[in-house]
Amino acid sequence: MARLILNQLGKDFGTGRAVVSGFSLDVREGGFLALLGPSGCGKTTVLRMIAGFETPTDGSVHLGERLLADAAQSLPPEKRNMAMVFQSYALWPHMSVADNVGYPLKVRGISGETYRTKVRDALGIVRLAEYAERRPADLSGGQRQRVALARCLVTSPDVVLLDEPLANLDRHLKQEMEETFREFHQRSGATMIYVTHDQSEAMALATDIAVMSEGRLLQVAPPAEIYARPEGRVVGGLIGRGAIVTLPRVAGNCRAFDRPVLEPLFAGAVAGTASGDRMDVLVRPEDVMVSGENTAAGEGIAAAVESVLFEGERYALKLTLADGQTLRAYSRFPVRTGDSLRLSVRAAWRL
Amino acid sequence: MHGYVKTGNSQPAWLFPFVVIVVLILSVLPLARLAMVGISAFADGGVMTVLSEASLWSATYYTVVTAILGTIISLVIGCLFAFLLTLTDIRAKGPLSFFFVLPMMIPPQVTALAWVQMSGPSSPLLKALSIAPPLGSPQPLYSVGGIALLYGVQHAPLVYLALRAGLMTLPRDGVEAARLSGASSLRVFRDIILPLSLPGIIAGAAISFVSCTGNFGIPAILGIPASIFTLPTLIFTKFSAFTSRTFGDVAVLSAIIAIISVVGLMIQDRALRGRDYRVIGLSGASAAFELGAWRFALTPLVWVILFFMLAAPFFALLAGALVPAYGVPLTFKTMSLHAFEEILFRQAVTRTAFVNSLSLAGATALGLLVVTMLAAYALTRRKDAASRIVSGLIEIPYSLPGIVMAVSFILVFAAPIPFLRVSLYGTIWIILIAYFSSFFAVSLKPVVSAFHQLDPALEEAARLSGAGFFRRLADIIVPLIAPAAGASVILVFLIACNELTISALLWSAGTQTLGVAIYNLDDSGSSDLASALSVLVVVMVVMLMLLLELLAKQLPKGVVPWRG
Repeated sequence: MARLILNQLGKDFGTGRAVVSGFSLDVREGGFLALLGPSGCGKTTVLRMIAGFETPTDGSVHLGERLLADAAQSLPPEKRNMAMVFQSYALWPHMSVADNVGYPLKVRGISGETYRTKVRDALGIVRLAEYAERRPADLSGGQRQRVALARCLVTSPDVVLLDEPLANLDRHLKQEMEETFREFHQRSGATMIYVTHDQSEAMALATDIAVMSEGRLLQVAPPAEIYARPEGRVVGGLIGRGAIVTLPRVAGNCRAFDRPVLEPLFAGAVAGTASGDRMDVLVRPEDVMVSGENTAAGEGIAAAVESVLFEGERYALKLTLADGQTLRAYSRFPVRTGDSLRLSVRAAWRL
Repeated sequence: MHGYVKTGNSQPAWLFPFVVIVVLILSVLPLARLAMVGISAFADGGVMTVLSEASLWSATYYTVVTAILGTIISLVIGCLFAFLLTLTDIRAKGPLSFFFVLPMMIPPQVTALAWVQMSGPSSPLLKALSIAPPLGSPQPLYSVGGIALLYGVQHAPLVYLALRAGLMTLPRDGVEAARLSGASSLRVFRDIILPLSLPGIIAGAAISFVSCTGNFGIPAILGIPASIFTLPTLIFTKFSAFTSRTFGDVAVLSAIIAIISVVGLMIQDRALRGRDYRVIGLSGASAAFELGAWRFALTPLVWVILFFMLAAPFFALLAGALVPAYGVPLTFKTMSLHAFEEILFRQAVTRTAFVNSLSLAGATALGLLVVTMLAAYALTRRKDAASRIVSGLIEIPYSLPGIVMAVSFILVFAAPIPFLRVSLYGTIWIILIAYFSSFFAVSLKPVVSAFHQLDPALEEAARLSGAGFFRRLADIIVPLIAPAAGASVILVFLIACNELTISALLWSAGTQTLGVAIYNLDDSGSSDLASALSVLVVVMVVMLMLLLELLAKQLPKGVVPWRG
């Protein structure tokens, strides 16, 4: 096993507009990388180039010292020792569960007792041992998913690719499968690349998140890091549920602001620097403190409730500030649409 | 470096070139040869001699007139059945559809023979029922009207299938919206359904017209006795009286047929322009109309039409096979199985014909399947202009009348093949190659639609598992395509087995097919033997169709023609 290196990768399907361009990324050995981005951003194309289903029109893919593909040549997928969980699971309907899982072994010429042991072990890990003789059609969505996973497991591949594997599952199954994936990653030690448009999935699973938009890589960082310190409006908007507001620019290179700095800035939407120099600031809803009945004094920032969504454990509010900008906040007590209230912001991040 | 390929494409580098070469041999070569001979005939003035012959112009006239009349009849019958069976709640749609499509699968010369046995003064059936017209009165079918009527019966299923395909995608909610707007059933039909189904009707009319122009079996049996020659029968008689000029002449004649067909298709194209109504919304117009009291009028009508299209001719054929000689009335005394005995056990000619037709059809069906599997794979995985051109070239021989292809292959193989010094002309191989060419499209269609339904991820998963091209083909693709492949084999077998037009020109002593044997027996006056052979052929057709019906559940939509 070795690390996977994508070097200035580009793909143009001949439409004139590149689907992926200048995409460089190092995936460390044994890492679990989530490739996150809105649909149509080119993340599946990157995945398919890693697998070898598409050839890059620019740049190269290396696994350690070995060249997998560049613009001139490409190692076909069947020789890459990778495995993939497809969005549609891609189980072969004419084979039993055990045959599906064992097929990569069969192709490699493994048979007899070794074959049976390996298949049994792989099915055991995904807790499907007793379903070995069933057909995929007789299984539920989650079980099919686990068969697909077992098929990846059986040959200990260098890289495991997952193409939005949870997109077709309901919320309850999703959580269970996230657990399975994490367990699978720890057990196999394989490098995993997980394509998704769901940031909560990416946060929950990955050791690193790579955010993509319009064919370009925007930022790569561990989940906590990318949540706390996103780069630019797109990443800031994509990760978490924050709101981006424009405030008067603060001198210096400091990017994390606390309450004493923010208070005059929000107030200074009126005073201070008149026009021109402004900055984008990301405010997370958990950093917006809404106080209950203190509508009285001039303390805090005035806002009106635009909408309220009851989420069970709390209320999610969309608030409009005096200057028309929007903030998001959580509240533990009910408020009504149209109410005016006071709030304070305890932390924000300059994008 | 070892093991690297140029592209990330899943197909081996040789695959597409292989398909292109096959298509060049089967589609491009014969037609190019036909065009060459035609052009050289044009250059040396041979064309003028042919064009000045009166027989050519009368044949062209009869071809066009019978084709137009036949198309009108097939439109009337085909539309009636398509509308009733797709849009209303008439009962027993499955069997009705099966029976209605049956005439299309029955060889045209058998249809003609059956109708001759059913009508006229010597009909064994009419005589047995004592309603035969007096002796000496003319056989009414030996006429332009008779030919057109049988064209209509034979090709009505083509109109039915073309229109039905369109009606199936008709938006049911569109019909319901019109109803809610206050339109009566008749208005809905006139204002919504008719305009939307027009493309299907036009397409059906064009297919029917082209098939009529190229039909050989019907005018051969009904036209030749009355000296009514169409272009295909004229070509046939030219070959029978072979002279040094024959090749040039038939090249010109088939060019005229090809031109008439192309004009027909162009008119269709013109008529379809601006009528591409993409249907929006939910489709599936199952039973949009309730027949109500009309049921009691329409149900008998439909069954009576089917009786005259199918049952009556078949019983006439059976009666013709059971009487000892043409003209003898069928009674319990005269009835015998002598004719069946004769063709199955005594006549070497019919036995050879059985062996020839079955082995030709088998070889065509299975041989084509190997080619179509590879072609379908290559064509569905590539989505560029080249693959569209190749798909188009595969369609051409099937959409041209069979007689044109037969003439083209004669022209290609009349001389020994260069370098190999082997002559295929007069052997069974030339028939086989012509079948390959003509039925390529028939074989390809079910396989291609199965490939389109196949999730590409299934193959990609096998690639990542490490399986190479042939391994994937054997382990993943073939098992998943198998039902469609089975349908393809049966369809091609069915059509090839009953084929007459191509083999009528290409056969020689010892290589006659069933179609040729039936025609020759009838031509030499042994109508009882011809009828007996025809009865066996019809039984075989029905059995094969039932086999397809059994397979139907596992097939992609549209593979079994008569099922929705």
